[in-house]
Amino acid sequence: MIQFEKFQLDNGLKVLVHQDTSTPMAVVNVLYNVGAKDEDPAKTGFAHLFEHLMFGGSVNIPVYDEPLQRAGGENNAYTTNDLTNYYCQIPAENIETAFWLESDRMLSLAFSKKSLEVQRKVVCEEFKEHYINKPYGDAWHKMRSLAYTKHPYRWMTIGASLSHVEDATMQDVKDFFFQFYRPNNAILVVTGNVQIDQVKVLSEKWFGPIEAGAPYVRNLPKEPVQEKSRTMDVRADVPLDMLMMTWHMGGRFDEGYHATDLITEVLGGGTSARLYEQLIKVKQIFSSIDCYHFGTVDPGLLVIEGKLVKGISMTVAEKAVLEEVEKIKNEILDAKEVQKVINKTESVICFEDMSIMNRAHSLAFYELLGDADLMNKELSLYQKVTPTMIQQTAQKIFQDNNRNTLYYYSKS
Amino acid sequence: MAVDRIVAPIIKDAIDFDIQLKPYQKFALDNGVEVYAFEGGSQEVLLVDMVFDAGNTYEEKNWVAAATNFLLKNGTSAKSSFEITDAFEFYGAHLNRTCTNETATVTLHCLTKHFEEVIPLMGEIVAAATFPEKEISILKQNQIQRLLLNLKKGDFIANRLIDEYLFGFEHPYGKYSVEQDYKNINREDLITFYDKYYKQGKCVIFIAGKFPSNIEVLLNKHIGQLALNKKEIKEQIHPIVSATQKKYSIVNDAASVQGSIRLARPFPNRHHPDFPAAQVLNNIFGGFFGSRLMSNIREDKGYTYGIHSYLQNYKHAGAWMVSTDAGKDVCKATIEEVYKEMKKLRETLVEPEELKLVKNYMLGALLGDLDGPFQIISRWKSYLLNDLTADYFYNTIQVVREVQPEHILALANTYLKEEDFYELVVY
Repeated sequence: MIQFEKFQLDNGLKVLVHQDTSTPMAVVNVLYNVGAKDEDPAKTGFAHLFEHLMFGGSVNIPVYDEPLQRAGGENNAYTTNDLTNYYCQIPAENIETAFWLESDRMLSLAFSKKSLEVQRKVVCEEFKEHYINKPYGDAWHKMRSLAYTKHPYRWMTIGASLSHVEDATMQDVKDFFFQFYRPNNAILVVTGNVQIDQVKVLSEKWFGPIEAGAPYVRNLPKEPVQEKSRTMDVRADVPLDMLMMTWHMGGRFDEGYHATDLITEVLGGGTSARLYEQLIKVKQIFSSIDCYHFGTVDPGLLVIEGKLVKGISMTVAEKAVLEEVEKIKNEILDAKEVQKVINKTESVICFEDMSIMNRAHSLAFYELLGDADLMNKELSLYQKVTPTMIQQTAQKIFQDNNRNTLYYYSKS
Repeated sequence: MAVDRIVAPIIKDAIDFDIQLKPYQKFALDNGVEVYAFEGGSQEVLLVDMVFDAGNTYEEKNWVAAATNFLLKNGTSAKSSFEITDAFEFYGAHLNRTCTNETATVTLHCLTKHFEEVIPLMGEIVAAATFPEKEISILKQNQIQRLLLNLKKGDFIANRLIDEYLFGFEHPYGKYSVEQDYKNINREDLITFYDKYYKQGKCVIFIAGKFPSNIEVLLNKHIGQLALNKKEIKEQIHPIVSATQKKYSIVNDAASVQGSIRLARPFPNRHHPDFPAAQVLNNIFGGFFGSRLMSNIREDKGYTYGIHSYLQNYKHAGAWMVSTDAGKDVCKATIEEVYKEMKKLRETLVEPEELKLVKNYMLGALLGDLDGPFQIISRWKSYLLNDLTADYFYNTIQVVREVQPEHILALANTYLKEEDFYELVVY
């Protein structure tokens, strides 16, 4: 049970505080309610490029990192399709430094030309390192554009194309900032060795004077129900054939969400999971195989992907995967297997909540979903999942017309 | 009154923090196996780390140590591979194996309430692993495929080669496996290795987290009766044979859009008196986000997504390493800039402000690194396995607090000389 207190400033900034006096540290986490899905389709990769620019100096502070490091702090950030999250960990005695830095960059960036030029290059190198210069690095670009036709999950956070990042202008940057990086579109979470009153005073002092922006009303195109199975062939200079399949699944608010999460555990969680045991160990069709999903806010994708053992044909591999999928649709799980995946989930939650950093991330994420206290209810929702619910959810998701398949062949 | 946003809030310098490494508790099991324990944390979880003298250094054929370690849980005299892993996973427990140069580890993470159910399994795999032929052949097959995939990656190739240049292919720090090594292994090799280095091997245990009240009794029952720590295991000493050629450029993939750059020189282990101050120099040079390499090569020039330098601290020897992936057309420029930064450190005293920032950063990060029972036991483990004591910890802190620009400059002149570095680019 993670205790926390919550209040809101007049400018709309939500603030959550979780106290843990067993640590000498504190975490200051600012989540902005903007992700790659909020981008203009002609200017993708912006939310992530922005994450880089946020370290290029703010209106009153030329360099973000130095004062933080001087105060013994460390920081980082990440961008997903749904959100952008910034966090620093700092000795609790120096926490005001984090408030000063984070509030100044919420007030306004410096919008330095040099920073934009350099970070465009850095992001292009990141693009190359992770998506071009890596075997199968383009697989997710292809899969997203195959599986989504309308919803902006059809591109990756890094961007649909290098050129979108290369072409970003200063005006684009400013517009994006003042649309999304406003207090009323953000959640501040402070965890660690802090006092509630201290956080109230510091929040008012540093974030209180920042003006609210126009409320952001998200109105994203809905992905139409897929009516026919889609496939794509790729041939590339990779050593092994890879098979990747996705099925549309519900979003974070879907009533089947927890059952879906457990389905991925039954199929792909660990070496006692079905796909590993059947397809790697017993049948030796794959040399590696995974089943997972991204936990996206909007309806997402359930994924099965694996590398084939050399000499096995794609048809055999596909058939073997689909047999496992049929099994979970047709045969009800025994209670012990359900108990196992619930136990595993409980364990994951307990280990995740060990650090004040993860607790801060989770509080921010669940608050974005609508209520940070959902974090404390999560396990009970998993415990309510029954074998029948798993079967029904599997039957709903694993339909052929709901499937996207990428056949990724080795040229050699 | 408007808040003053120009002036930074007053801070307490991390160099003034009283940083303590909390002590461990220690007890011995009936068979003499020592247990180092740190109890604490907010969650009802714990970890058990069994560390064996069973690393690569003890193997006579390549890959035997790693394969033995990996297959420990793939079958015992009483249970199949699936039954073991299913039994752990049923309780949400994780059993990881890692094999490094000197040691090999079996690590259990579990909920405190399930410890009693899973600890017998841990004892079972140490006492009765069987290494079934089928499990070996699947591992070989998958390992060969994984290698094929990795050989496509420039950074993988670069990491292997730079270690080979530094330590020589005959040294455990420098050797790596090729496809034929995987094929050469047979069940006999694994069983022989297992009997000697696990079943009757030398073991030490580290535990941390929230303990069940009867943890000592349970460990004694399931681990304390095994035939461990009976025979002496001699430490293996291998000579280091560094390469004579210093510069290498390799084309692994003609279509590559980046090059993996590694620059490295041999460096002593943590027992060397220069080590603590060298860590400060390393941080200034390339050890954190605000370092000179990052500021210059990423933040100013945009040649790379990241560039880092670090001191690789193996037990008997180490290296000072610079590592990055940079655009193909800027690899040469990147290397030149790294050398320029070395030269600057050799010729110009570091400004007191910069030095203070690095010191504060290092000690603040250290404070954060010691946050939590797993982190504390992991630090102790790293010390105890390398024959270091708490003195090393406190001495390092003292050196970080007190080191002066002149000392940093002198160290740079000793260690950051272009001609001492191996230079490798893999395209």
